[in-house]
Amino acid sequence: MSWLDFFRSTRKPEPAAASASAAKERLQIVLAHERIGRTREDFLPRLQQELVAVVARYVAIDPGKVNVNLDRGGDLSTLAIEIELPGPKAAVRTPAAAR
Amino acid sequence: MAQVIVVTSGKGGVGKTTTSAALATGLAQRGKKTVVIDFDVGLRNLDLIMGVERRVVFDIVNVIQGEARLSQALIRDKRVENLSILPASQTRDKDALTKEGVAEIIEELGKDFDYILCDSPAGIEKGALLALYFADQAIIVTNPEVSSVRDSDRILGVLQSKSKRAEEKREKVKEHLLVTRYDAGRVERGEMLKLEDVREILAIPLLGVIPESESVLKASNTGTPVIMDAESVAGQAYKDAVGRFLGDELPHRFLDPEKKPGILKRLFGGRAA
Repeated sequence: MSWLDFFRSTRKPEPAAASASAAKERLQIVLAHERIGRTREDFLPRLQQELVAVVARYVAIDPGKVNVNLDRGGDLSTLAIEIELPGPKAAVRTPAAAR
Repeated sequence: MAQVIVVTSGKGGVGKTTTSAALATGLAQRGKKTVVIDFDVGLRNLDLIMGVERRVVFDIVNVIQGEARLSQALIRDKRVENLSILPASQTRDKDALTKEGVAEIIEELGKDFDYILCDSPAGIEKGALLALYFADQAIIVTNPEVSSVRDSDRILGVLQSKSKRAEEKREKVKEHLLVTRYDAGRVERGEMLKLEDVREILAIPLLGVIPESESVLKASNTGTPVIMDAESVAGQAYKDAVGRFLGDELPHRFLDPEKKPGILKRLFGGRAA
């Protein structure tokens, strides 16, 4: 390696510094979702509420133990609702569960 | 009929007021009778950027509330003919602006002026909504940066749903993209969104690109719209933008880093390139 290479390398852009493409990708995804939302109201909060309400009709659940995760992707979005169900002991006292 | 143009962005600090001052001055320099209105009630700054802060007696709120006539509140620029400024109120809050009041002012100004520029406050609250409500055309000021591009997209949505033209289902507000604080060096190094990226994402016609320039701060320090600094790249870029707005066909400039060969390059010639 010649000493000249030292100067040469400093003139090339570092690939790690190319954050602009990350900016573009993130913008395209977030805006694709926001543009859809412009024409109709944001239904997600209601969807969550209603889903949880339906489950609560059959199983006694702790509202504090409901986890909602949304991942908005480019081609595919996932909505994951995780509801922790009580163990058999707690379930026995509800009439619906005691056959 | 006067054309009403809103200068807006959603995000703050991207250069709306700098742009309003420059474009209004540029239009007046081209012989168009132009008035520029500051809609940022409570946080007025257009007067400072235009260098008329010591001449403000009445403001837009005084006119709306009948405390002063419109002609008393208008400040005529002393450097450029055909240019007037209507300042915002510094003491009232945004609720002092009403749709009816603004409508009356714009109608009256429309009799005397060719162009009415509305310098919008940041955000999408009342002041910003009123600034864009009467617009025939919109200049969307955007920095090549994620939050600014997102907010520009949002404000385009607001223009398409909440402007008077949208409400009356008339032809939509004509949109122009103005990219400001563009640093071609950082773009080349991959650190900043490219002009093409911003254009592709927002998908509206490009009016101009204003390069990042020290002359903008210098202009605001002295209260001289940067377009009057014909030496500066920002001033020239604004001048081009005014030209394009009036139909001139001009190529976009200042999109590449300034080529200043460094000392190494000069010493070693082409070998270090």
